Amino acid sequence: MRILTGVFLVLAVLVAASVRAAESLDTIIIDAGADRQTRIAIVPFGQGPEFANLQPMADIIGFDLSRSGQFAPLPKQNMLSYPNQPKDVFLRDWRVLGVEYVAIGTVAADASGSITASYHLFDVVNERQMLSETVTGSRRHWRDVAHRVSDRLYESITGIRGAFSTKILYVLARNIGTPGASYSIEIADSDGERSRSLFTSPQPVMSPAWSPDGRRVAYVSFETGRQAIVLQDIFTGQRDLITNFTGINSSPVFSPDGRNLTLVLSKDGNPEIYLMSLADRRLRRLTQHPGIDTEPSWSEDGRFVIFTSDRGGRPQIYQLDITTNMIERLTFVGNYNARARLLPGGKHMVFVHRRESLDHIAWQDLARGDVRVLTQTTLDESPSVAPNGTMLIYATQDRGRGILGVVSLDGRVRYRLPSSAGDVREPSWSPYLDTLNGGW
Amino acid sequence: MTNHWLRGAAMVALAGLVLAGCASKGSKAEPANGGVAPYDGQTAPASGSGAQSYGFDADGNPFVPGTNQPLTRVFYFDYDQSQLSQSDLTALEMHGEILRNNPERAIVVEGHADERGSREYNLALGERRANAIRSFLTAAGVASTQIESVSYGEERPDDPGHSEAAWSRNRRAALIYR
Repeated sequence: MRILTGVFLVLAVLVAASVRAAESLDTIIIDAGADRQTRIAIVPFGQGPEFANLQPMADIIGFDLSRSGQFAPLPKQNMLSYPNQPKDVFLRDWRVLGVEYVAIGTVAADASGSITASYHLFDVVNERQMLSETVTGSRRHWRDVAHRVSDRLYESITGIRGAFSTKILYVLARNIGTPGASYSIEIADSDGERSRSLFTSPQPVMSPAWSPDGRRVAYVSFETGRQAIVLQDIFTGQRDLITNFTGINSSPVFSPDGRNLTLVLSKDGNPEIYLMSLADRRLRRLTQHPGIDTEPSWSEDGRFVIFTSDRGGRPQIYQLDITTNMIERLTFVGNYNARARLLPGGKHMVFVHRRESLDHIAWQDLARGDVRVLTQTTLDESPSVAPNGTMLIYATQDRGRGILGVVSLDGRVRYRLPSSAGDVREPSWSPYLDTLNGGW
Repeated sequence: MTNHWLRGAAMVALAGLVLAGCASKGSKAEPANGGVAPYDGQTAPASGSGAQSYGFDADGNPFVPGTNQPLTRVFYFDYDQSQLSQSDLTALEMHGEILRNNPERAIVVEGHADERGSREYNLALGERRANAIRSFLTAAGVASTQIESVSYGEERPDDPGHSEAAWSRNRRAALIYR
């Protein structure tokens, strides 16, 4: 419990800095952290007065590590000194504070306007320097540089690739149930900051999905008066309406190689899963069943599509081998299992699981078949897994308002990204992105 | 529930046979995704009701034939069901009669679901509800070209609340006259 209090203290310090962006998701509320958190000191970086109007880089990094749930950053008022150079780091001083790792750094701007963060990581217990690196970006990449440093610190200590330099897509709905309803596809950093609208409509939009290269998004739009599947370039904004059949046009998901899209159409009478080749827009029907077949999603190796079907009477998850067309049922626990996503590695999946009439996000081991409920909230839906497989983001409700929740795959770490601007839903976690280049 | 869709399809086919004699446009029943309640065959409007007048309000929505009372255009469903309620059949038959006698009019049937369960699955559930009405109307002799169905799933709740009362108002199909 003492460790948890520590997390809350850190967040209290950071709250003031994170409420700036009016359009962003609100300040993250951490509900629970890991049982045993790594104690790290992120010493305030040496950064010149020209950066005074930006959130201090060490704060962004500390917040990243906090919301992983695996780290308890030391509040800066508890630090005895604020070294910026390796020669000024005295490890025994940090050992006295009970810190296991210390990260220090500086940020400098060059004549061209680029900024460079130079940072160093020390293992206090084993008295060794673990990292001594630099990250460079343009000045508008301030937060991206910080997230990149977070990724490197996280990977050096845990051995798992960091996923702080990622983005989320989600749907923002305002004034629903009124004539002024508006729906938008939003993109934001994985910490909820810097959100912006990719598309806004008075008609519903649904199911945003990332292309594997992180440059395009597919989603469903009702702008034509019925459903259409739209591809949109994130950078140019160019939109391409790729299906607009009578009936359902839904659930677009890119194949892992980015060359195909699975989608759901009911043009032939009832919802079936199709594969569209993006090169020539040719459709191949993957399912043939008069029940509902929907919510396709790919295995990492592109061999399988898992989907929801009520062919057995109630919605359950099935797996289709796209070369042999063999179908196998995957879920047997409970009478409502839907909208599954496989975890990296393909041995586990997460999905919407109804238990005692309440919808939660659950995890299943595909080999053993055991199911574990990950979320304590209700009306939970749309799980989407971070590319490093440590956390998932999902949609839930808080006091009647749609919010996003994040939970670790071991169920121990939980936080929320509420929105005061409206209902947020259908989050989709990006693949790994190079946010310092390529137009971000 | 297991053979729900099969039963539904069989019933529509049966309704189509019963109505074959009085269907005005020779339309046939289409395969249904959702269940349709058995058609009792007794309340089928007489095909020769040519004297009947059909009024519409300023927005183009129909009155109960022969009156100036608005005819209900929203029909509600039980949880996770797409079966038409017995008490809705009279009003649906009136819609069928109006559309049969006003072949220039067309409707969109919007299907909706409550917010429980996953969104994309709810789109399919909304479509089943819209199709249950569409199947009923085509079986009652309305030309299939007069009816388009579109599902909004849980995306357009009538009541944005999160109670059982709100959910029961949101599980619906609505007829929009164009």
